[in-house]
Amino acid sequence: MSDTKYILGHFEHPDDLMDGIDKLQKSNVSIYDVYTPMPIHGIEAKLGVPPSRLPIVAFLCGITGTISGFSLLYYTLHKDWPMNIGGKPTLPFPDYVPVTFELTILFCALGMVAAFYFRSHLFPGRAPRVMDLRATNDRFIIAIDAKDNRDHEKIDSLLKDAGAVEVLYNERKYVSYE
Amino acid sequence: MSSHNESILREPLITGENITYSKVTEDILVPVENKPNKAWWIGFTMAALGALLWVFSVSYTFWTGIGAWGLNKTVGWAWDITDFVWWVGIGHAGTLISAVLLLFRQNWRNSINRSAEAMTIFAVICAATYVVAHMGRPWLAYWIFPLPNQFGSLWVNFNSPLVWDAFAISTYFTVSLVFWYTGLLPDIATVRDRASGLRRRIYSILSFGWTGNVKTWQRFEIVSLILAGISTPLVLSVHTIVSMDFATSVIPGWHTTIFPPYFVAGAIFSGFAMVQTLLLITRKVLNFENYITMFHIESMNVIIMVTGSIVGVAYLTELFIAWYSGSEYEMYAFANRVAGPYWWAYWSMMTCNVISPQLFWFKKIRTSIPISWALSIVVNIGMWFERFVIIVTSLHRDYIPSSWAMFYPTWTDVGIFIGSIGLFFTLFLLFLRFLPAIAMAEVKLLVHSASHQQKRKLIKEGHLKADQVEYYKESLTKYDSVSEEEINELAK
Repeated sequence: MSDTKYILGHFEHPDDLMDGIDKLQKSNVSIYDVYTPMPIHGIEAKLGVPPSRLPIVAFLCGITGTISGFSLLYYTLHKDWPMNIGGKPTLPFPDYVPVTFELTILFCALGMVAAFYFRSHLFPGRAPRVMDLRATNDRFIIAIDAKDNRDHEKIDSLLKDAGAVEVLYNERKYVSYE
Repeated sequence: MSSHNESILREPLITGENITYSKVTEDILVPVENKPNKAWWIGFTMAALGALLWVFSVSYTFWTGIGAWGLNKTVGWAWDITDFVWWVGIGHAGTLISAVLLLFRQNWRNSINRSAEAMTIFAVICAATYVVAHMGRPWLAYWIFPLPNQFGSLWVNFNSPLVWDAFAISTYFTVSLVFWYTGLLPDIATVRDRASGLRRRIYSILSFGWTGNVKTWQRFEIVSLILAGISTPLVLSVHTIVSMDFATSVIPGWHTTIFPPYFVAGAIFSGFAMVQTLLLITRKVLNFENYITMFHIESMNVIIMVTGSIVGVAYLTELFIAWYSGSEYEMYAFANRVAGPYWWAYWSMMTCNVISPQLFWFKKIRTSIPISWALSIVVNIGMWFERFVIIVTSLHRDYIPSSWAMFYPTWTDVGIFIGSIGLFFTLFLLFLRFLPAIAMAEVKLLVHSASHQQKRKLIKEGHLKADQVEYYKESLTKYDSVSEEEINELAK
């Protein structure tokens, strides 16, 4: 038991997983993380995960796009090289809308997704750090830090009570490239 | 997305028996994890030959110049811009399906959004090639962007819709690509964790190290929702801007204010038709009948019918306004469209786009696979004619009768068009082979809320009254993936 790093409770159904989280929390067992093949709603509230701040990032990036877009048009068309094209004004607001709008969207999308990848440590070629290979397929997994929670038998029985189909004692944190 | 509770009376989004989370994975990854079948090879060979034709025709155009096309002094824009608008229009349905339907919480999108988004990416690639090719000197294509340059500080003209187009299309492509790829990450991770050896290494690079923990899923959903929120106005703006290429000009037949909404409706119309064309084959060849069900086909047909009707109203409005404007040039342009030398193109457009989708009012037609497939192709042909009619018939007779001319395509025009279809199908078939064609993570959300299996279980447990069971039973009769026995079993 001493070498066990993480205890993994495998569930086949999200409802059982939620039940498992409740049971563990009632017995004051801290949960390291939960891995699922699909998003489960309500789980963040249960685990006390704060809401994501990505919408704020998206808004700020969008505003940056608007300002950059407008400044680009203003500088090139009105300030740096004003041209008389068919007698049109060099500062026509309606004509500035399309490009400003597109750049708003572009900055917002790229900025937000970059922030998402950065904060979630996702980037091309990053070694996948999966605790169990089935977590991306059909298993809903609760991971418990074995060093923080010493009473492994109790955790085992709590997980099985909640309907865990399998309880694993991992000696390594990640299994991906074993 | 999973917080949603389905009414038991609603038709199932997933049919079939013994559907489990792992069965979803197994079923959807069949084409990715196994050697391709004969049908794929035949399709791929044909498509690749088409793509070769495209390479040849485009290279010939670059070598000789635009003179290789059938353009003349009067008709200075013909198949190139027709094909461009056609492809961009087709691309729109993908974003519509993934963004607008996500915002409206239409769960039936989950089974079709992945391939529709892939279709968007490939269609926009095809469209972009026309923009570059029709410039004549494609190696100077970067001049469309406002870059500091060696000619002094000479900038692009931001009053021009063609410059807006460059920004719109490139933004649209980038955002669609990011949206599509981010959505793919969880599914690529599934492929990675089931693979071994070299395939695992490749998919692990592509998966960006996705693990599926709670926080990442939370962020993933926020990102999807915001991307959907910003893609919706984006997609509307792109086709609006494409229509402004024409609408801001002074050519009779082009400068009409109805163009922006009319082009957007036409884009959705042709895009859904292309999704239908592709998915009806895909579901058959890859055995996806349980995931892409008759409900999906019918829903898409309803959208085709609605947008087809909008397009029909737009055609009639154009005619009315041409008359009501009192402008003799405008009146002539439309009279010439209807009864001039291009009458056949106009009436092909009317038949394909206005009359044929009206057949979908009949449930029998709406739920018939062969007819849906045939009509989806008819709609795509009609939409090609629509752009051809708008562009060529408005140009071929201008204010001076001495410059009137007809347009005859050369083999290069035809080669580029057929070739671009080949290119599109090559990319689509490669996509089917290497990436999951259905968003597995999203379909798994539906297993315990919207599957036939779950609803049958609820009926067995007695949660439904007899007349409701009867209603549900009747709704199942149209599914080709639900057997007679399964339906009869329900009433017991």
